[in-house]
Amino acid sequence: MNDTTASTPPAKKPAGRRKFELDERLKAYKGVWVFIEHERGAAHPVSWELLGEGRKLADKLGVELGAVVPGAPGEDTQKFCAEAFQYGADLCYLIEDPALAEYRNQSYTRALTDLVNKYQPEILLLGATTLGRDLAGSVATTLQTGLTADCTELNIDMENRSLAATRPTFGGSLLCTIVTLNYRPQMATVRPRVMAMPARDETRTGRIVEHPLALVETDIVTKVLEFIPDERRDQANLPFADIIVAGGRGMKRPENFQLIWDLAKVLGAEVGATRPVVQAGWVGADRQVGQSGKTVRPKLYIAVGISGAVQHRVGMEGSDVVIAINQDPNAPIFDFATYGIVGNAMQIVPALTEAFRQHLATAKLAS
Amino acid sequence: MHIVVCIKQVPDSAQIRVHPVTNTIMRQGVPAIVNPYDLVALEEALRLKDRYQAHVTVLTMGPPQAETALRKALSFGADEAILLTDRAFAGADTLATSYALASAIRQIQKDMPVDLVFAGKQTIDGDTAQVGPGIAVRLGLQMLTYVCKIEALDLEQREITVQRRAEGGVQVLKTRLPALITVLEGINEMRFATMPDMFRAARHPLKVWDKDAAGIEDATRIGLKGSPTVVSKVFAPTPRTQKAEIVQTQSDQPRDQAATLLAKLFTKFPQLRAEIGRRAS
Repeated sequence: MNDTTASTPPAKKPAGRRKFELDERLKAYKGVWVFIEHERGAAHPVSWELLGEGRKLADKLGVELGAVVPGAPGEDTQKFCAEAFQYGADLCYLIEDPALAEYRNQSYTRALTDLVNKYQPEILLLGATTLGRDLAGSVATTLQTGLTADCTELNIDMENRSLAATRPTFGGSLLCTIVTLNYRPQMATVRPRVMAMPARDETRTGRIVEHPLALVETDIVTKVLEFIPDERRDQANLPFADIIVAGGRGMKRPENFQLIWDLAKVLGAEVGATRPVVQAGWVGADRQVGQSGKTVRPKLYIAVGISGAVQHRVGMEGSDVVIAINQDPNAPIFDFATYGIVGNAMQIVPALTEAFRQHLATAKLAS
Repeated sequence: MHIVVCIKQVPDSAQIRVHPVTNTIMRQGVPAIVNPYDLVALEEALRLKDRYQAHVTVLTMGPPQAETALRKALSFGADEAILLTDRAFAGADTLATSYALASAIRQIQKDMPVDLVFAGKQTIDGDTAQVGPGIAVRLGLQMLTYVCKIEALDLEQREITVQRRAEGGVQVLKTRLPALITVLEGINEMRFATMPDMFRAARHPLKVWDKDAAGIEDATRIGLKGSPTVVSKVFAPTPRTQKAEIVQTQSDQPRDQAATLLAKLFTKFPQLRAEIGRRAS
């Protein structure tokens, strides 16, 4: 993203003034790649979402869709390749090396830059996860190319076959479309749950290109001493939650947030929050929904005491049904909610919790 | 020990409004603040200073007004502040920004070697999280992003052990200095600056570096010229618009409002009734 705020003036001048014609050596870059992220035997769903999106880009360009699968020998890399084909990849670049057993920036950066330099894709997509952002930043710098973070839309500008990556800026107040000029590959990250999960075709298959990589463990400075899974830590997984009850500054006091937890418990829901609430320390940062937090698309989103500022909205407007509870009848949240209750959240939320509890008790009796 | 903390002055994005007709950011009256995530990084660095008598240098790139951000950092306890400001830096994307900041850190190193570079996990205006990793790569620093805890620092062995937020858990990583750390939010609480601190910060001399002072070797790699990415279009989002159906009841009693809402919800979205029933059973 162009850093329009660092200094004057915003880089809004037409891109046409700068060189759009690719150097001869860059014209050799062909194909769309998706980095397949996996840890401890499970692929991150964002990888498949990106394959769905990458498929469309590759078809527009008339090129192949490649999946990059790194990992240690004996890990489930073959399984991930097979899955990648089913989600739309034409070929998989398989990099197996013991030094890739667990994610470390140095070994993964080396693996991915090596592969890019050898096979030269024109587009490289990664999930905007903690792993993907860590890796994308160092790979783009190593390759000296452009990287656009947290894209919400990817397209091809057919005039010059370049990637047009759209992302929110200024906390979601505006969208900007960013192109990478005379540099390849064009890199972009996309958050989980922003793109739709593509249909899986079990019959689809493809070819595997193995890329050996003689990494020496002693050359890799950083060591993983331990991995502490979130089951031991009570960490939220908001992006994949089906029901979310979220609270904002309208909850007024930290102790009032208990009302949100109570409602969430009855519904078997996750608890979400706005940035001010997280910054005030009422709940952990893993529960923040919005431009600088998580993107969610639950079946039901209950927004309590949330005004609906654009920076929050961009993270939750993919929700199927939104219930908003707010004291202010003019709060922007009512402009994009399904149902609204105007009133005091401290009274309405307990009433709602009770109503759901009763509904569930009756439903149980009936069954 | 010498720590460099990279900070950025940003408009408070919570208060930004977009002009409805021209689709431009209305900056008037929007306060400039230190990127909140950078303050978490600064506090973490100051804690190391308290413990190990480190020297803390804060570095920022921006217009001359960014001085305010540096003064703030000084008031919290930073020892030295450097402002990179030059028209030639304008319009930089993250690649060009990390080039400029890395050059400046190389200059800083000439006076005193740097052991740790700190940065926030991202800014609230750009939200890219790319500049920190960019600096690490350019300076050949070990890179530790999304750090939620510094477990141990061994200055003799020159090793650091941290907890890093990963997907589905936390990695405990041990690496060698020098390293670059981007810090996760919520892991500390910023200290308060006292009045004497603020006076001291106000009088503290700043170093103001243009591109030459920052040791920029290749001027084609900074600013707009050095940026591979360009903004080709800026436009207002077309948000989800759906006027909420406001639940109206005769009594205005919360209990009635809740009951009415449930009835409406389950009539129109029977699948939600099933979903909620399934989860509770």
